[in-house]
Amino acid sequence: MRYLALVLVNLHRHKLRALIGVAGIGFGVAAMLTILAIVNGAIGMFERILAVDSHHLVFERNVSDLFFSSVTGEQVAALRRMPAVASARPLLFGLVSSPGHPIITCFGLEADNPRLTRARWLAGKPEEFGLSPDGIWLGARAAEFLSARVGGRVTIGREEFTVAGVLATENGFEDGGVFLPLAAAQKFFHREGLASVVAIKLVDESRGAEFKQAVAQAFPGLLALENREFSRSYTQFQILHYTAWAVGLCAFLLGGLGVANTMLLSVFSRIREIAVLRVCGFSRGQVTGLIFGEATLIASAGLLVGFALGQAALLALGHAAQFQGYVQAVIRPGMVGGIVLTSLVTAVAGAIYPAWYAAKIQPAEALRYE
Amino acid sequence: MVCPHPAAPCLVSAVALHKTYDAGRVRVLDGINLEVQAGEMVALWGASGSGKSTLLHLCGGLDLPDSGELSVCGLDPRDEAHRLELRRRHLGFVFQLHNLIPDLTVEENLRVPALAIGTPRAATRERVRALAESVGLAHRLQHRIQDISGGERQRTAICRALMNAPRLLLADEPTGSLDEETGDTVFGLLQQLVKEQGITVLLATHERRFAERCDRLLHLRQGRMAP
Repeated sequence: MRYLALVLVNLHRHKLRALIGVAGIGFGVAAMLTILAIVNGAIGMFERILAVDSHHLVFERNVSDLFFSSVTGEQVAALRRMPAVASARPLLFGLVSSPGHPIITCFGLEADNPRLTRARWLAGKPEEFGLSPDGIWLGARAAEFLSARVGGRVTIGREEFTVAGVLATENGFEDGGVFLPLAAAQKFFHREGLASVVAIKLVDESRGAEFKQAVAQAFPGLLALENREFSRSYTQFQILHYTAWAVGLCAFLLGGLGVANTMLLSVFSRIREIAVLRVCGFSRGQVTGLIFGEATLIASAGLLVGFALGQAALLALGHAAQFQGYVQAVIRPGMVGGIVLTSLVTAVAGAIYPAWYAAKIQPAEALRYE
Repeated sequence: MVCPHPAAPCLVSAVALHKTYDAGRVRVLDGINLEVQAGEMVALWGASGSGKSTLLHLCGGLDLPDSGELSVCGLDPRDEAHRLELRRRHLGFVFQLHNLIPDLTVEENLRVPALAIGTPRAATRERVRALAESVGLAHRLQHRIQDISGGERQRTAICRALMNAPRLLLADEPTGSLDEETGDTVFGLLQQLVKEQGITVLLATHERRFAERCDRLLHLRQGRMAP
């Protein structure tokens, strides 16, 4: 028999109690994995919307959300005239609704935007984008949930549009969104001459710092950020990210309480046995090692269960029609590491008091314990 | 107190031991002096509540005296490190209730003390087999504790106490929960250990018939050594 065997024996002896502990950690892991993967996926999708064939993003300084950012047509033109700029592509975002579908992302863009040529066109052609006067172009998922076909009519807001094309992209936001020519989108959203953001491609990417400085000087109301820098600093992303961790940590807190409860009961139910171990020569350290060993095993089992549950949930959410393809889970190694670490720390933290209690059991007193 | 036979090493030496419970309101041991030499089988005999178990617990470092001098196998049970060393290498305990771990087999229970000191597996296996054979438990090694008889449990407890080859066995009413015949067998086993392995036994018992069969009988009454 090895030391681990004693740990296993006790877990086996109180299977239900151990399973409750495993379930607590498992649900925490599943919740954290699911939330973080979805948020990371959503952020990634949004980043890709912005960063198609571009190095920098220019948008209005001090706006809480890119939907409220306004870059004027004159500013876009001025940006295009800058020698460092190879291309400047304005993009207008807005949220629209259709009967039964209250939130659909709408992209207003120019006909030469590379995202149109990069998409897989299921109906229509990219070179026809913007040629139809009341035309609207749908992402493949949007066409699916709106039950729309090319040539058919769809109601968006208070207006009716003719479906002029359907394009499939790997980005859930775009695939579940609708596309309008920039001018039509500006008119629809009553934001004539404005764009939410301008995606900039530089002639020489390494001269980004000079470009940012030039933008700051020429347009004090605008901010230019590298794509990666934007992802790190954009408040909405940060809020999403921290919220995900906060929700996940709350789930873990509950899991940790479950482990603490399991371990406390485990110690209280075998005070006499722990005393016998002490009598047989176990040190306080060895006794606490047993308790922490049990907690670690519970956490490890919880991790396995949690990752399985989380993956299953992500798979189900990814295929759920209601989410219109917006769920594109992204699991990063750092995230997995964070979850594993949090889970183990939670379990060990939950076992601190029980282990301390077990270590200070006085054998003589405990042997009288009934 | 001087050892009766100074040639043999003195394993237990207690001078003026006092122990109280309930914040001094219950006096359990009142100035106990005790010497136990290597190879002796000494009985602490007395009625329930006379302080026999408490004295054994103090000798084993399971409890601490309020005052007095105590040395066991040359170590001070009041010191945490000494206590651990005593339990690991020098002492074996046998209790009235066997105090075995119920979900483990006989063999696994016997391995527990070896686990505490990290004895290699092969050596542990050999020691387990030898001990089990010496007490007639070899055929029960893979049985769970709940599946063996009371006498077998107590024999298992004795083997466990001997696992790390202690010099002193502290036995607290080891026959107390057994029928007469099984009690005789277990007591005979303890006598055999003294005789064959030279182990010192300090036995707490309320049964006169066992106490009288030991090398020395010390009568405890209300926490004092009775004349």
